[in-house]
Amino acid sequence: MIQAFAFYLFAAIVLLSGAMTVTSRNPVHSVLWLILAFFNAAGLMLIVGAEFIAMLLVIVYVGAVAVLFLFVVMMLDIDFAELRAGFARYAVFGTLVALVLAAEIVIAVGAWSAGSLALSQRVAPTPEGMSNIQAVGTLLYTRYLYIFEAAGVLLLVAMVGAIVLTHRTRSNTRSQSVPRQNARRPDEATRNVNQPVGVGVEL
Amino acid sequence: MIGLVHYLVVSAILFVLGVLGIFANRKNIIVILMALELILLAVNINLVAFSAFLGDLVGQVFAMFVLTVAAGEAAIGLAILVIFFRGRGTIAIDAVDRMKG
Repeated sequence: MIQAFAFYLFAAIVLLSGAMTVTSRNPVHSVLWLILAFFNAAGLMLIVGAEFIAMLLVIVYVGAVAVLFLFVVMMLDIDFAELRAGFARYAVFGTLVALVLAAEIVIAVGAWSAGSLALSQRVAPTPEGMSNIQAVGTLLYTRYLYIFEAAGVLLLVAMVGAIVLTHRTRSNTRSQSVPRQNARRPDEATRNVNQPVGVGVEL
Repeated sequence: MIGLVHYLVVSAILFVLGVLGIFANRKNIIVILMALELILLAVNINLVAFSAFLGDLVGQVFAMFVLTVAAGEAAIGLAILVIFFRGRGTIAIDAVDRMKG
């Protein structure tokens, strides 16, 4: 009972905030709705017992991706009203495409429910008496170790790529040159003079 | 009782909402990227639901890799967006014609 209630609550909020994400007038509001959608999708995954993916969703999406979106939206000075022109016109066509897609999915699901779906053989059956995180970790660090490493390399490449793309060297700033500072000796920076009394200092 | 079909319906609606978002916000690439995230979220819900209801953990492992790709895609997409904005001063998709494609 409580499970069904939680499911309907999370599902309703996910769908509502998804709809608000794509129809919101202000992109900052869009990002905030997106965060709400991710939180509630994590709740949906918690209900079926996929705790690891749920927590990953909160950490990766809410903690990193959504903040990245928020950062970009707020940093760039964009006239969003101009970008929104023609929203209603495009929305009509979009709704048409979306309805066609939804009908196709419904037909596919309807065709599927004609027969029951069961796996005769599981690749990695859910182990008994083991927490979800332990089970996923055991699988991830043994059988899928190389793929896991490849995912890490992918993230590294994405990070380096993003830095290389957005990095720029400014020409009009006066940054310090550490090698030149280190190469400087005392005798070229200072000099000793025997200063006579009553004569101005020559610099 | 909540079954697999409930989850499939939710993820299908979310997927369709993401497609609608791509079409409706045709000019605003930031919202298009957000709609893509919604689509990938729907895919993840699908994978996790099948994984849980069929008792096979591979779905959750695969969902993790989908998450990885989604994070990388968002980072690179927003980086390209930032350098495009620097050069042009706008992010309207109609203005993206420098490569004459």
